Amino acid sequence: MSEALLRVRALDVSYAVQQRGRNVRLRALRGVSFELLRGEALAVIGESGSGKSTLGRAVLRLIDVDAGEIVFRGQDLLRLRGEALRRMRAHLQMIFQDGLSALDPRMQIGAILGEPLQVFRPELTRAERHAAAGAMLERVGLTRAQLGRYPHEFSGGQAQRIGIARALIVGPELIVCDEPLSALDVSIKAQIAALLKSAQQETHVALLFIAHDLPAVRQLCDRVLVLYLGRVMEIAPTEALFRAPVHPYTRALLAAVPVPDPRRARARRIAPLAGEVPSALAPPSGCVFRTRCAHAVDRCAQEVPELRAIGHSLVACHRAEELIGSAPG
Amino acid sequence: MSGSLWSEAWRRLRANRAAIGGGGLLLLIVLAALLLPLLSPYDYYTLDWQHLYLPPGAHGWHLLGTDALGRDLLVRTMWGCRVSLLVGIAASIVSVLIGVLWGTTAGYIGGRTDALLMRAVDVLYSVPFIPFVIVLTVLFGRELLLIFVAIGAVSWLDIARIVRGQTLALKSREFIEAARVAGLRAPAMILRHLVPNLLGIVVIYATLTIPTVILFEAFLSFLGLGVQSPMTSLGSLVAEGAGRMQSFPHLLLVPAVLLAAIIFCFNFLGDGLRDALDPRDR
Amino acid sequence: MPSIRATADVPATVLQIRGLNVRYLTPGGSVTAVDGVDLDVHAGECLGIVGESGSGKTQLLLSILGLLPPQARIGGSVRYRGTELLALPADQLNRVRGARIAMIFQDPMTALNPYMRVLDQLREVACLHDGLTRKAAEERALAMIEGVHIGEPARRARQYPHELSGGMRQRIMVAMALMAEPEIILADEPTTALDVTVQAQVLALLQEVRERTGAALVLVTHDLGVVAQLADRIGVMRAGKLVELAGCEELFAAPRHPYTQSLLRALPSLDGIP
Repeated sequence: MSEALLRVRALDVSYAVQQRGRNVRLRALRGVSFELLRGEALAVIGESGSGKSTLGRAVLRLIDVDAGEIVFRGQDLLRLRGEALRRMRAHLQMIFQDGLSALDPRMQIGAILGEPLQVFRPELTRAERHAAAGAMLERVGLTRAQLGRYPHEFSGGQAQRIGIARALIVGPELIVCDEPLSALDVSIKAQIAALLKSAQQETHVALLFIAHDLPAVRQLCDRVLVLYLGRVMEIAPTEALFRAPVHPYTRALLAAVPVPDPRRARARRIAPLAGEVPSALAPPSGCVFRTRCAHAVDRCAQEVPELRAIGHSLVACHRAEELIGSAPG
Repeated sequence: MSGSLWSEAWRRLRANRAAIGGGGLLLLIVLAALLLPLLSPYDYYTLDWQHLYLPPGAHGWHLLGTDALGRDLLVRTMWGCRVSLLVGIAASIVSVLIGVLWGTTAGYIGGRTDALLMRAVDVLYSVPFIPFVIVLTVLFGRELLLIFVAIGAVSWLDIARIVRGQTLALKSREFIEAARVAGLRAPAMILRHLVPNLLGIVVIYATLTIPTVILFEAFLSFLGLGVQSPMTSLGSLVAEGAGRMQSFPHLLLVPAVLLAAIIFCFNFLGDGLRDALDPRDR
Repeated sequence: MPSIRATADVPATVLQIRGLNVRYLTPGGSVTAVDGVDLDVHAGECLGIVGESGSGKTQLLLSILGLLPPQARIGGSVRYRGTELLALPADQLNRVRGARIAMIFQDPMTALNPYMRVLDQLREVACLHDGLTRKAAEERALAMIEGVHIGEPARRARQYPHELSGGMRQRIMVAMALMAEPEIILADEPTTALDVTVQAQVLALLQEVRERTGAALVLVTHDLGVVAQLADRIGVMRAGKLVELAGCEELFAAPRHPYTQSLLRALPSLDGIP
């Protein structure tokens, strides 16, 4: 049993918004807890308003956190400041959703890739950095000759490859991937997903894979965490989640994914999830999903369900035991 | 489509005929201002009581005539040109430097620092410029350096605001986040990522600030607050010429036309630069 | 030549596209967005058009209703019930647009007027096309809002587009498209920008609308899962050309064109999903 590389406990993140001219706090994440082991790929899925992007940025300390713990490599990131935090970044990298805008348009690719090396491996000479950048570029499927080019000369998929190269070049232990496949075409998605998988297998880097694209998640990730309106609904191993989801929201989510198989698509008898996601400024009491849940009872409005172990999964639902084994929907 | 954004911008600029025309004419004017006084037998300050108010070409090498004190108008105009351009460019550089530093710091750090810095800008905006310059002149005399300071002290305000706005917009771009994730410290971030991406807009505004500054200086000179006689600037020349406009129009026309030409050229160039450097046009 | 398989009985054709091509003249040369497309739309069917970005599928749709920018050079023929749409003068085209052939866009924020309340926008459509009185148009608009399953229709009707969620805005777009009871609905990636559960709602709505009104639906998307659910026939586009056209089940079971095959291969499997 490897010790957890990343342990998040009771994370609360909120930020100030304007509502009708007044400043209110929008609570993006509440009580989020999970663990990530070395070399593991954990998917964070959720729809708009779930807080998944906020989670990624909070782990990277790009935004402020209200409460909770983020323990990475044994150190609480929330207590680190200044230089110590900066040095931690060598182990914690990020891949962005829009590959092109994540690259400085005025810098050559060689310089972009060399930058993290300049910061964390200052002992390297310019030539060594250049060589390392070239090697990494080839590793992600581009050519050394492209080191001298500028970002606008590349396509979205290629830019994403460069972003992956940049994230990998300092040899981090965890990479937060913020919807890296969303902006890509179908055929390119598959290639970039394959690249991530092979990079992960080679370097044993852990991935926090934030996505809304469920099929890609199934391919890449070992475990899945489901977020809804800032709270964790379910955490389960990938296959267990896809074959036998427990939480009503997870079931509704999976049922809503369009299946590229006409016979199965039309045979589906599950009605789509009714209603809308409640506003994050006025979330429902108790279980945040209860307003759209077909199985909600009184207790759901009064008590926030805890994440508890049900089989291989962790589920935050008062009625989880009853729902297992029953037909979804 | 290879090459940096700069070489692409240069290509676009070259295609803009008004900008190239303006730039070319400007170059010509600068060369003339530098060389013609050297070629002429006259200087800009020697009085010649026997050849007052000569019309253009009337006597000797006075190609543009002489002024109220017999001084050669061509040479004086070229000297005036030198002074105006010097003040314009130097004061603009100073104001750009201050404005960029002020604006990026306010925009990047944000929060209270931003509020403080920008409130200072707001306060300075409300300072009435002319009384300010008059006070300075009274205190320190009419030095060329003083003119720089006075004008530079005011023109950086616009640039600071614009640069701050651009910095705020850039701050939320993903490549800035990426640089933070890559572990860059704030100064490195500002210098390596923000400033190069701001250069475009800074160059544009600098080119457009220069004519404004030149006009400011001309205005000051017109009011009698500019450079000390016998040194002159285009504004002073215009002031002198305006007094005798009806009898000796060449005294007004020559510096006025040159001043207008310089302003036009900088404006065309600035517009051309804006079109060439605007990243949205891709 | 696209590989066209024989479908069952050939019902009435409401839209006939022949040799449609769309070109743009750029400083770098001529760019062809749509390259010689032949296509029929049958009454009441759902025709899916899939392709990746740049395949020309959106341009195809926009050209039917004359919504392309003025610098587009359009050739070929688009006949709606025998009338040639490409040659139609503006006022006659307007009578077709919205009334007989309606369109749903990908981003409802750009298609809806942010300065008008929802009710006013819907009412405008009805007044414009069917010349209804203000009162009658309002009633129909409210009925339509209910018909797209928006809760508290009276309250929502008085709101502005930015006050509604993405899913609701898209449903208002559907309502707007339905206001004049069109025969054909063109949908350009209507659910691409939506969350997956909201997408499921909107797709179910589109299905219901088809069953209720008998309108034909031309659904453009890059998501093969979406067309698997809704489409009777599917056309695959690539680089401006229609490379394959087949019935829904046949396309998935036995794709003929190599491009279609590669598209299907790139999809990860989703076995075991309920």
